[in-house]
Amino acid sequence: MPVWLTDDEMRTLRAVVDRLVPAGEGPGALAAGAADYIDGLLGAFCVDPPRIWAGGPSSGRYGGPAGFESFHELGPLDELAWRTRIEGSLGMPEREFNGPVVGLQQLYREGLAGLGADFCDCDPEDRDARLRQHGEFSSLVFEHACEGTYGVPEYGGNRECCGWEFIGFAGDVQPRGWTDTEVAEP
Amino acid sequence: MTADAIIVGSGPGGATAADVLTQAGWSVVIFEKGRNHLIDLADPKRLLGDYSNDEIKFVYRHFLGPDPLVEPKTFRTGEGEGDHSHVGEVNTIPSTVGGGGVHADGKTPRFREDDFHLLSAMGPQQGAAVADWPLEYADLEPFYAKVEQMIGVAGLAGANPFEAWRSGPYPMPPGAPMYGATLSAGAAERLGYHPYPAPTAANSVPYDGRPACNNCGFCAFFACPIHAKGDPVAMIQRALLSGRAELRPETFVSRIRTGAGRVTGVDFIGPDGTEGSTDARHVVLAAGAVETPRLLLLSGFAHELIGRHLMVHFQTIATGGFRDLSFHTERGRAVTHIHDDPIVGDEESRRAAREAGLPWIRGGIVEHGGPYLPILEAKLYPWGSKHDGLMAHSPLRRRLWAFTMQGEDMPLPTNRVDLDPKVRDARGFPVARVTYRPHRHELVASWHHGPRLAAVLEEMGASWTSVVTTPGSAGGPGEGRLSDVPQSRHVMGTVRMGEDPARSVVDAYGRFHDLPNLVVADSSVFVTSSGYGPTLTLTALAARAAAAMVETG
Repeated sequence: MPVWLTDDEMRTLRAVVDRLVPAGEGPGALAAGAADYIDGLLGAFCVDPPRIWAGGPSSGRYGGPAGFESFHELGPLDELAWRTRIEGSLGMPEREFNGPVVGLQQLYREGLAGLGADFCDCDPEDRDARLRQHGEFSSLVFEHACEGTYGVPEYGGNRECCGWEFIGFAGDVQPRGWTDTEVAEP
Repeated sequence: MTADAIIVGSGPGGATAADVLTQAGWSVVIFEKGRNHLIDLADPKRLLGDYSNDEIKFVYRHFLGPDPLVEPKTFRTGEGEGDHSHVGEVNTIPSTVGGGGVHADGKTPRFREDDFHLLSAMGPQQGAAVADWPLEYADLEPFYAKVEQMIGVAGLAGANPFEAWRSGPYPMPPGAPMYGATLSAGAAERLGYHPYPAPTAANSVPYDGRPACNNCGFCAFFACPIHAKGDPVAMIQRALLSGRAELRPETFVSRIRTGAGRVTGVDFIGPDGTEGSTDARHVVLAAGAVETPRLLLLSGFAHELIGRHLMVHFQTIATGGFRDLSFHTERGRAVTHIHDDPIVGDEESRRAAREAGLPWIRGGIVEHGGPYLPILEAKLYPWGSKHDGLMAHSPLRRRLWAFTMQGEDMPLPTNRVDLDPKVRDARGFPVARVTYRPHRHELVASWHHGPRLAAVLEEMGASWTSVVTTPGSAGGPGEGRLSDVPQSRHVMGTVRMGEDPARSVVDAYGRFHDLPNLVVADSSVFVTSSGYGPTLTLTALAARAAAAMVETG
């Protein structure tokens, strides 16, 4: 169940990230959960505290407490920034001190609709052609897909660290770190 | 109650001033517009566990602030571009308790003797306000030594043949060298350069109650999860534990109040938006070389030089690709070796200057390092079927090594910080506008040194090299062109110090010439930029300024 997108939108989004960062040698964005990462960002304020900043100082993957799971409370200015970025300014004066801001929710809702209701039914070449036609939206999703494939798993992507495992990246290594020899030797 | 001093900004400058003043028995109130993710204010012995090895949180979600949506800056290269050509991030330094010290990877070199009298040593540059500082290296050396102890700097005295004289050794030996840096340092030595272990404020051994760095790798642009980095945590902690310091995060100072030839306090806006004001016998400004002049301008200060002579470091970035080597730059410090040769100069650089019609050129320190963040890498490759193959082969991370030269930047009156006429922050105040374009000196120095950096990469075994600069520079040997907005986080010079009130805003102790109880304790006071990172020097100057405040009462 998506947090913020509709089931149909989620279906399209999954098909989109699958074309932008496809599986091959690596798991690809779809298997990594990049669509869930994006849906989690769009719906960050559906949970409390909002899913903006994972906690610290360690995830538990290399020892230490699983602190990443406790997301940070936002301060008033943080909440203003992130609500504006995600929801848009929506005509609220306190969000429009430099003019209106189009939010990520609107960009995704319109962007996914713009790819066509039949996007999932197209063949791969057609899908890529539509993504190239909608370059600005594709770039936005691509950036988020990279975050959702190679970022910290607590945001919903990089499932079971599959992105990191693929590229041989150890990820968040606190509190283990690396020994001096591991730093200095090949 | 009237505090002895209000300090605006909790970064290395403000934290140091707070430490020195409270140790001398003064009471201080530290205002910080960003959030506190560093220290438990109710129990300052306890440091928070908010920092983490999380690329999303630190690189893409502005955890250390400022968020460019609610606190933007603007940029233009000159008046020809109208009010501004860019709104958003410009030379961003964290807005958080600990300031720029928190995200820096802790390179803390000292300046050299010549840096304090550049006009006398090298002579003028046309159009630039090259000048001598109102103090010499010898005046600052005791404070360099003191703040190296306070912060905790690891380094090896004597390893750099060009280093300024030192009254003592570094407090700690250098940390583990990066594998890639051992190769690039060897290549640099073979070509006649003089690389050495970078003086770094990251503990190589347990120090001052904080642990040794465990080489987690998330250093530059991150904050240290185990507080092994010499961000100003030690100074903030000591100031709070003295019982004479109060730290107010999420509190924006909007105006410096004056009366009867003195500053009397500040107006501020608290976390919940309520306005207030506080009185103090002194006000110390340590908000950085962009926000300090902004606050002065918001407060109606009219000195013509406020905001002018903004300097960044003109960065020349040489990268090399390696078919046969694979680096693991995610391990250890971000930079473990540097070399100073482009600052010192040689017969070739003097000839390059002559041929370009310039009296002299100076480059900057060369940092040996490489990229290490996978999301950053992933976004550089084109989307589509080749993406995962590129990530696996990793030409732009595992197989890349780079030099970044922090080129000396000329002080130009036209490069400045002022108030943007239109853009506001979320609190309703005009934001800082940066107007900047490099002097020809920076371009010529970059064009001279860039290919020489590439030659070291070739000596190291690179199969291809590339040179780019930030800000971008057309016409040089560099193939790439980056944005006109400088990426340097080193900002300096906007409230310059000097003896002459007509040519400077503050004196050698950071005191306003006409308002001696208003003191600047950040890199705004720099007269010239040198080619060294500014943190240790601004910290030493802050310690010296605070000591003078104590002395004169």
